[in-house]
Amino acid sequence: MAPDALSGGFADPGRQSQAVFRALLDAMARPGTTARLGQGVRPPPPLNPAAGAVLATLADEDTPVFLDARLSAQGAVADWLGFHTGAPIVSDPAEAAFAAIADPEGMPPLAAFRLGSDEYPDRSTTLVLQVDGFGGPLPLVLAGPGIARAAELRPHPLPARFAEELRGNRALFPRGVDIVLAATDAIAALPRAVRLIDAGDLPCT
Amino acid sequence: MSAPAVPAAYNFAYLDEQTKRMIRRAILKAVAIPGYQVPFASREMPMPYGWGTGGVQVTAAIIGADDVLKVIDQGADDTTNAVSIRAFFAKTAGVATTTRTADATIIQTRHRIPETALKAGQILVFQVPIPEPLRFLEPRETETRTMHALEEYGLMHVKLYEDIARHGHIATTYAYPVKVEGRYVMDPSPIPKFDNPKLGDSPALQLFGAGREKRIYAIPPHTRVESLDFEDHPFEVQRFAEPCGLCGATGAYLDEVILDDRGNRLFVCSDTDFCEERRRAGHCGAKAAAMEPTS
Repeated sequence: MAPDALSGGFADPGRQSQAVFRALLDAMARPGTTARLGQGVRPPPPLNPAAGAVLATLADEDTPVFLDARLSAQGAVADWLGFHTGAPIVSDPAEAAFAAIADPEGMPPLAAFRLGSDEYPDRSTTLVLQVDGFGGPLPLVLAGPGIARAAELRPHPLPARFAEELRGNRALFPRGVDIVLAATDAIAALPRAVRLIDAGDLPCT
Repeated sequence: MSAPAVPAAYNFAYLDEQTKRMIRRAILKAVAIPGYQVPFASREMPMPYGWGTGGVQVTAAIIGADDVLKVIDQGADDTTNAVSIRAFFAKTAGVATTTRTADATIIQTRHRIPETALKAGQILVFQVPIPEPLRFLEPRETETRTMHALEEYGLMHVKLYEDIARHGHIATTYAYPVKVEGRYVMDPSPIPKFDNPKLGDSPALQLFGAGREKRIYAIPPHTRVESLDFEDHPFEVQRFAEPCGLCGATGAYLDEVILDDRGNRLFVCSDTDFCEERRRAGHCGAKAAAMEPTS
């Protein structure tokens, strides 16, 4: 284990994880909005601070975590998560409670993750998808619970197949994965209930 | 004013961090699947089941040092349950408390939704005794779970129909079942059906915690919530013949207060904060003068 695996956790776990959770709850309850995270954790790259904070807040020994190829390339991220959360690392995305993705382009298809069952749709993976920011050229136009009319989110970079996979994920409802988008210091969420709509299909007010 | 110090013997907001993580994961899944009941490992709390252990655990998992907490029981800030839970969090989390709906960031409630319209950013936490709307129709959890999975809600409509056959109208007046975002039938907790229209398209986030039954569910803001009904027997809320006796409000939910053994009675707002705010603003009901203390 690298010695820096031991540092970079929350300085005040109770208070800081509560703040991160409330930002997450707000993002999950209002898809399309972004929530800023304050000073938090300093995970080893390529895990970014927002994704690290989300995992440090929610993951523990009960939640298997899947790391994509980029995050598992060096052992530093797995060591850091292991020390600060105790979460077991799994290589099969279908077993994961959380999945951290640093390379969206190369990520497994959404349907490869744990999708829950019709009886227990909550037993599904929450993806923590690292992005550079929310100022990308292509908007995702969202509707559904948490959104008054329609909302726009511009996370980038995302693979070209992402919109189609998100539609496929919605078609499985109530099964499916939930996604947290993590830029360096801000997060947004795409819970499974969200629908992608074409900008031309905006409902009338 | 400085907040009272948190006793060192307790973790912030009483629950340990691992329990909060487990509850937080359940809450996030509940928000992602509106109306679906997420099982969670409910803990024993220092209060009996039936006193809001589910709501208290949800509140403990979300509350932060900057939150302002309001707790109501049947609309009242000053009943035993509400006072105790407010004191519990003032002591274990050192948070500020209030009775004013507009000032609160978190409102824990037993069986009412405040009359004052909620705002974006507020979180309403419901205490839930029986989260399963189908439970009195089908006692087996294995069966009700399958019915939710298959979206098989015919039984609930049969129950409402039997109400009509027997009483001529839908006689369910509280815990009136709703359908959330066109998918899950959900028990809104025993709020009067008067409050059902406030569940849908609310700017606030609504979380539901059932401690004994170990379930958490949610309605995100701006979510479609329909009270079940029939085309020829549409959903209707209660109406009151007279305004509040103290503040004169019409269109608020009223409690009946028996005044003596000669049939005198008083109808007053169940939402004490709403009623007090109105009286402070100069509104006066027909019986307000008679109710003044006479010492």
